[in-house]
Amino acid sequence: MSGLRKWLRHSAAVAVSIAALAATSATASADTTIKWLHLENQEPVLELWNQIVDEYEQANPGVTIDMQFLENQAFKAKLPTLLQSSEVPSMFYTWGGGVLKAQGETGVLRDITPALDADGGKWRNQLNASSIDGMTIDGKVWAAPTQTGVVSFFYNKELFEKAGVDGAQIKTWDDFISAVKTLKDAGITPIAGGGGDKWPLHFYWSYLAMREAGQDGFAAAKAGEGNGFAGEPFVKAGELAAELGALEPFQNGYLGATWNDALAAYGDGRAAMILSFESTGRTQASNSTDGKGLAEDNIGIFPFPVIEGAPGVVTDNLGGLTGWAVTKDAPPETEGFLEYFTSPDVAKRWSAVAKTIPVTKGVAETITDPLLKVSAEALSKETWHQNYLDQDLGPNVGAVVNDMSVAIMSGQISPEDAARQIQDTFELENM
Amino acid sequence: MTTTDSILPPPVGAAPPGRPRRRRSLAHTKLPVLVIFLPPALLLFTVLVILPMGEAAWYSFFHWNGYGAPSKWVDLRNYQLIFRNAAFKTALINNFLIIFVSIVIQLPLALWLATMVTKRIKGALFFRLIFFLPYVLADVAAGMIWRFVYDGDFGLVAGIWHFFGAEPPFLLADPDTAMPAILAVVVWKYFGFHMMLFIAGLQAIDRSILEAADVDGATGWQKFRLVTLPMLGSTVRLSVFFAVIGSLQLFDLIMPLTGGGPSNSTQTMVTFLYNFGVTRMQVGFGSAVGVILFVICVTLAFGYKRIFMKND
Repeated sequence: MSGLRKWLRHSAAVAVSIAALAATSATASADTTIKWLHLENQEPVLELWNQIVDEYEQANPGVTIDMQFLENQAFKAKLPTLLQSSEVPSMFYTWGGGVLKAQGETGVLRDITPALDADGGKWRNQLNASSIDGMTIDGKVWAAPTQTGVVSFFYNKELFEKAGVDGAQIKTWDDFISAVKTLKDAGITPIAGGGGDKWPLHFYWSYLAMREAGQDGFAAAKAGEGNGFAGEPFVKAGELAAELGALEPFQNGYLGATWNDALAAYGDGRAAMILSFESTGRTQASNSTDGKGLAEDNIGIFPFPVIEGAPGVVTDNLGGLTGWAVTKDAPPETEGFLEYFTSPDVAKRWSAVAKTIPVTKGVAETITDPLLKVSAEALSKETWHQNYLDQDLGPNVGAVVNDMSVAIMSGQISPEDAARQIQDTFELENM
Repeated sequence: MTTTDSILPPPVGAAPPGRPRRRRSLAHTKLPVLVIFLPPALLLFTVLVILPMGEAAWYSFFHWNGYGAPSKWVDLRNYQLIFRNAAFKTALINNFLIIFVSIVIQLPLALWLATMVTKRIKGALFFRLIFFLPYVLADVAAGMIWRFVYDGDFGLVAGIWHFFGAEPPFLLADPDTAMPAILAVVVWKYFGFHMMLFIAGLQAIDRSILEAADVDGATGWQKFRLVTLPMLGSTVRLSVFFAVIGSLQLFDLIMPLTGGGPSNSTQTMVTFLYNFGVTRMQVGFGSAVGVILFVICVTLAFGYKRIFMKND
């Protein structure tokens, strides 16, 4: 019996100390904490972000910014539950599009329009208008845009030269296919692909569909006109993707490779090309085996080729518009921090380190990095900006697009069946 | 678990069956025990098991992305979609493949090794630990290690292939070889657990029976087939039960290895639920998968218990 009493006394003591602990932590959090959930794993970028956080904290006493990291795929998987839990972050990374729309519709996000328009629209005037439009759904701005970009082909000049291919001369899809063949004949792996993550291959299908359908055809498919995504241009896009896949242009084992594996294959010089983001100059280096990757002057860029006779033009870009969504119960200082984060001075520093193209007015023009400049110029001249389809079409249809892109290119499904499946899912989602 | 009950006489000096007294004392203690211990357990079980199960069943009739409250009732459409889904069929087949390999390869291997390491040979204890080691390792960690082993560029497998001067395969990137590669990891990971069960069972076998068989001139194989195996029956049945249920739930080994790919060739029902329900924000659809998985598990578990384990 005495044992029991002792046990009870001990548990009471423990309970009291836990309560005391909870009380102290409650007083400590009387100050504001902004929980910043991000996916950034590059050391130099994080270093800069920590600096920016320090600066903001010093200028705003009582505000703490708590950075939380989740790996890309884990982030996508965890976010829906996280947003409805008590651990909800104040701001988190977003690719915009259908995923942001789904989040906005369910009331977990905060409309940041008032913050943008405060002080006579001080923050709004700081950003490119089109980027704000990209984050606007039904008249409400659900996220602060920070960065834009374009997907294009990056190539290894040395390997191209060895095979006798001129990257600057690749204008049409036929040019591209013959370049792939020439590289293969020279014993060089033409393309680095990340089929394990799936989305890196959806760039091919998306771009081909954009070229085949053109902006109007795409808009019609989204509006459910005609056969939608099961229509002729989309089947044709699949056929071209399948033809490319049949040439076996990717590195061995690409179906199990992650995006980082693909960047490593390109950065190590084990593959001659990669269809990738504007920041590839930096990411190929950090993912390469020696940590240095290809020298900058060994990297060339060309836009995704056009298809002869199809309506899509070379200035139609596939690329992201990414930013930070603010959650419903986030402290009001969150918007203040985002305004600081997108201010011209910070945006310039960030662009220099992360090799990104900020949407802050006047920053893209000042970019000096030669590779990034090519992407920035492509963006400044673009005729149509299509957001990544796996984000734009929402989480479910987007995932099917990714699945089908891999399945088509690895020859597991016919282009007709793939287009049909995308359309079926699209109809189910939008019924 | 005791395998000797039916064969051996009751131990000398055991108390005579005291049924009446025991029953009276039971009746005496039953009510307070019920009143004190049942409600908390019942409450926990209801809140943590019954309610979520009911909720999942309810959600499976909705088209719902997981935010807010479900509102779009779709009858049985989620179930129709599942049974039309090619990846689900693959997942189902894979699950039964895992069960099959567990029973046909893993358990015999575990039994064979168990009989080896229970012998009084030098280093038996050491080998017992070594064989048990994979089971101790976290599933995710094991998956990541094997992903590296199988890597066609830098992995151990690649090294072996290079040694023989051949172009290494990418086992996990090929839809034809990915599943066999995973099955090998499954066998490697879990045979130690079953081996331990068998060792416990083997140690419960009375040595005098085996000695009697020796005296009668039985060979090693005869002793194993006619004495050891029958007396190990309940352990084997339990092992099979664990293997079946474990195989149906296989998830955390596969995610780091292939994530269900390439081309959904290595999905199991649980990775299918995760990939198609959770990450695509189709909570209604995912719930329906959960319900189907639940029904399969419960049917197999109860059916198996009723048929094979009724005397255990």
